[in-house]
Amino acid sequence: MSTTPFIILSAILFTIGAVGVLTRRNALVVFMCVELMLNASNLALITFSRANGNLDGQIAAFFVMVVAAAEVVVGLAIIMTIFRTRRSASVDDASLLKY
Amino acid sequence: MKFTAPHIEYDLLSPILIVLAVAVLGVLVEAAVPRARRYVVQVSLSLVGIVAALVAALLVMSRINPTSDKPKSGYLAAVDALALDGPTLFCWVLILVLALLGVLLFAERRLEGGVTAFAGQASALPGTEAERQASAMGLEHTEVFPLMMFAVSGMLMFPAANDLLTLFVALEVLSLPLYLLCGLARRRRLLSQEAALKYFMLGAFSSGFFVYGNALVYGYAGSMQFDNIAFAVSSGSGSEALLLGGMGMLAVGLLFKVGAAPFLAWTPDVYQGAPTPVTAFMAAATKVAAFGALLRLFYVAFGGARWDWQPMFWIIAIATMVVGSVLALSQTDVKRLLAYSSVAHAGFLLTGFLGARSLTDIAPGDLNPVQAVLFYVTTYGLTTMAAFAIVSVVRDGAGEVTQLSRWAGLGKESPLVAGSFAFLLLGMAGIPLTSGFTGKWAVFASAASAGAWPVVIVAVLMSAIAAYFYVKIIVVMFFSDPIGDGPSVTVPSVMTSSVIAVGVAATFVLGVVPGPLLDLLGRTAQFIR
Repeated sequence: MSTTPFIILSAILFTIGAVGVLTRRNALVVFMCVELMLNASNLALITFSRANGNLDGQIAAFFVMVVAAAEVVVGLAIIMTIFRTRRSASVDDASLLKY
Repeated sequence: MKFTAPHIEYDLLSPILIVLAVAVLGVLVEAAVPRARRYVVQVSLSLVGIVAALVAALLVMSRINPTSDKPKSGYLAAVDALALDGPTLFCWVLILVLALLGVLLFAERRLEGGVTAFAGQASALPGTEAERQASAMGLEHTEVFPLMMFAVSGMLMFPAANDLLTLFVALEVLSLPLYLLCGLARRRRLLSQEAALKYFMLGAFSSGFFVYGNALVYGYAGSMQFDNIAFAVSSGSGSEALLLGGMGMLAVGLLFKVGAAPFLAWTPDVYQGAPTPVTAFMAAATKVAAFGALLRLFYVAFGGARWDWQPMFWIIAIATMVVGSVLALSQTDVKRLLAYSSVAHAGFLLTGFLGARSLTDIAPGDLNPVQAVLFYVTTYGLTTMAAFAIVSVVRDGAGEVTQLSRWAGLGKESPLVAGSFAFLLLGMAGIPLTSGFTGKWAVFASAASAGAWPVVIVAVLMSAIAAYFYVKIIVVMFFSDPIGDGPSVTVPSVMTSSVIAVGVAATFVLGVVPGPLLDLLGRTAQFIR
């Protein structure tokens, strides 16, 4: 079975994630887009693992998942603190620091 | 299927393990020790842990003896996941020294009148009754010490990582605690929280690129080990597109951490918004770890593809120096100015990084690029840490005063502090007889001998521009009259004072007698694979 379609799918998912980070305003949605990028990477890792015929990529995917989970904890803590202070999760509102 | 347990070299990895153990113990201390005693316990635990790790690192270093007949230039540990060679161990010692100074800054209590510079209760909203109560009760977050220890353990793993997966995990272990630490300032909490949000969002975005680059390089080489990647690069078997794409995306992740153009947008905001002790620690130690990792990844794994990545780094180095120096000219806030200056320094470090050439081209006695970059990052780290420590002692009733205009006449009121700050700034500007001069000379010489002349010319021009804004601060401090509501220097405890003293002494000593350190680096700056 050819692995190329899976790589193309992962590239599409990664691009959707990256564009989402750049264009969306809500911090939570931006964060979900980052997770999409990480999951697209997982798909690529697993596909290459099959193409290369070794398990390194699959193991790496587990590590990426664990790291992503840790990132969720830290990220949601920061976003929630900001939301409680400002009553808004928009990344455009956080603009005290500039230039 | 038979499973064989991996062999772990606990003795070689002891510095990382000690720091991690202290971090975990610190979390337990938060749960088990009464609030009144936590500060003392946490501070002493962190200090003891770092000193023990430093001793352990020096012991490992003594086992690497390149002068003996049979050179043993390093060890591969933990099933080849970590490479312990000269550059790694040098980075370890440097990071641990910076962490030791960092703990001293974190533990400073006299400046805020008996509490640390961190939020009394991070969950209490700014400007509410709960926050006033928390500060009236003298609460403080002692969790910052374990958080810092976790970050330090990631920083120790980062330059040692010998495969892409370890590199990624180390990157996250060092970043996640720093995101949190940035948001914990006691004063100006909105700025601090905003800095944490920006750092986190952009950091997560860049690590997304890093993981995808990871996947692409794995697809190219069929392995994540650096030596296998180097083999695949030299045999040129895989798809070129995967290699170039992967290399570029990995570079995004690492260049974000060092704050190079065009990934520097977070640097000024985070440096300004974060609590000053965190800024000091982060500015110094993260750069050491990130440059250690950058050197290993691009010299060991991608050394064979040098002609592919060097042009990209030429442009990035030039852009970083120009953006950092030019934008620093118009800054009116001291912390922000130092942030832009750190961007410019990242550019100078990248200039040294461009000194990459094959080992046969390096004549004996020539500076090798690893030596130059590690020397520069040492001088920069110690100088910067002391500079931010000085920023934290210039205060008025509302906390630190960072507007440059209000520093006018500080030299007349507190000649010692202003004089030290002026000396550190001259060090950053690279005036002869300071460490900055030797550092700049080393990186420029290394880049020039690899033929990166255009970059060196830009670097020299940008050092001149940078000297202008450093001198501007000195002129404000010494040659303008004090304004009415100017800040005064709060006398810190011995902890902050000793950080400043160490930084000033290092800036002076490494400027006057750089020889021993350069020689040490010359002997040890050899990667193993």
